[in-house]
Amino acid sequence: MIRFDRVFKRYPNGREALAELSFELETGEMAFLTGHSGAGKSTVLRLIALLERPTRGQVFVNGRNTSAVRGGAIPAFRRQVGVVFQDHRLLDDRPVYDNVALPLAVGGVPRREMDKRVRAALDQVGLLGRERSFPLELSAGEQQRVGIARAVITKPPVLIADEPTGNLDPDLALEVMNLFQRFNAVGVTVLVATHDVHLLERFRVRRLHIEHGRLATVPHAAA
Amino acid sequence: MPLPDAVATHLERHGQALFGSLGRLARQPFATFLTVVVIGIALALPAALWLTVANLRVVTEGLDDTVQLSVYLELPTTAAQAKQAALAIEAKKGVADAVLVSPDEGLAEFRKLSGIDAALEALPENPLPWLVKVRPSPPHDTAAAIDELAAQLRKVERVELVEADTAWVRRIHAIEDTLQQLVLLVAAVLAAGVLAVVGNTIRLEINGRRAEIEVTKLVGGSNAFVRRPFLYSGFWQGLGGGLLAVALIAAGLAALGPFVERLAAAYGAGFALRSLSLQEWPLVVGGGALLGLAGAWLAATYHLRRIEPRA
Repeated sequence: MIRFDRVFKRYPNGREALAELSFELETGEMAFLTGHSGAGKSTVLRLIALLERPTRGQVFVNGRNTSAVRGGAIPAFRRQVGVVFQDHRLLDDRPVYDNVALPLAVGGVPRREMDKRVRAALDQVGLLGRERSFPLELSAGEQQRVGIARAVITKPPVLIADEPTGNLDPDLALEVMNLFQRFNAVGVTVLVATHDVHLLERFRVRRLHIEHGRLATVPHAAA
Repeated sequence: MPLPDAVATHLERHGQALFGSLGRLARQPFATFLTVVVIGIALALPAALWLTVANLRVVTEGLDDTVQLSVYLELPTTAAQAKQAALAIEAKKGVADAVLVSPDEGLAEFRKLSGIDAALEALPENPLPWLVKVRPSPPHDTAAAIDELAAQLRKVERVELVEADTAWVRRIHAIEDTLQQLVLLVAAVLAAGVLAVVGNTIRLEINGRRAEIEVTKLVGGSNAFVRRPFLYSGFWQGLGGGLLAVALIAAGLAALGPFVERLAAAYGAGFALRSLSLQEWPLVVGGGALLGLAGAWLAATYHLRRIEPRA
């Protein structure tokens, strides 16, 4: 689960990204995070992945107060949160296998088990057999699915995604969203930042709309 | 016996980082070569200086630096007069013993040491004076006491000249001690240089792999995990530098060898240049590897801390 408790975030350059933001996402819940560019969507995701810390207020992830996770405990914490990016952040000089296996490699998973889990993760995103391909040999949609396989290979209880369909055409975007929904169906808490109107109409999940760093009511009665 | 899983996994990860970093270095042969050359030269320099001192010591080792005074008697002096002078010298306070050397004995010794027989044969008569070799007794063998003793001996009848022969040997040994100290200083300065060179190379490598580092940290890679390949990279470069240093020294000795041999032959000495010993060359290679590792550790610890994933 994810809980924000009166979170205020000001960046070192003085920009105030979040102001008194509070919300809670139950375990196994799925939600869209919406709002204009600069409304604070990315900041919310960064706080969940512990890439940033709140200036004031508290963020809870998987029942843990992130402010208590410090130093050497951060890597283990991050393995419990799967992150998917708009630009998928794959390492272009490594084959698909290495990219997907990276979260297992950093955790010291033995090779045999790694093989099994990489195949399982690639199977889930429909890319089984592409282990030896390099990211640039794949289509945009396939690259994004590799990114998703990497995010879920550690079986994290929480999956967050920042505009995961931003670079994809509608069919591929749908495919990717279906994937997220499948993970949600097996109990993963999913939070997807998006401004893709088609997806919002299509997937009837809760919507957290942020305006000026606060939770706001959804502007029009979509979804 | 199969290894426990955790250990096997651990070894496997280290092995991957070890050979992965070697592969990355091989993919940038020119940059790697430059770094290795700089490290090699930085290691070879103090090692060569060290060898120079060690070889000097081999040459001067045979030189006795026990304090001794040579007392030359006037020309001409008869054997009886010489014996009398020797007894007078031996009676002086501070003299442990006095050995009389006749001109004939002196000539024989000189002939043996100098190797210029022919020239000596040409002399119409023995030009050498009687000599008394004086060894001072312990409290009188300090530099000041020897000067005092020499002054006393000069007053003895028929004494022409008193020389404290050993001053130059002591000076040479003091120079060698100074050089050895210099070697340590040079080695320390150049070791710092190696740290800086490796550190800079690692910094560049880290910058070049920024994206990978960010992603690795993002998926939960610890600082130690991210740092590991860079440590091995530093290790390989240091090891390469150490091996190059040993090769440079071997090449230098091979180039100098014939000249030193000719020089030694000219002095009638059977002297061969000493190379790095079996204890010394692993020290150079291992020192290089260790310095590479240390430089990488410093740079990686410093720079990696500042790379945090952005989203």
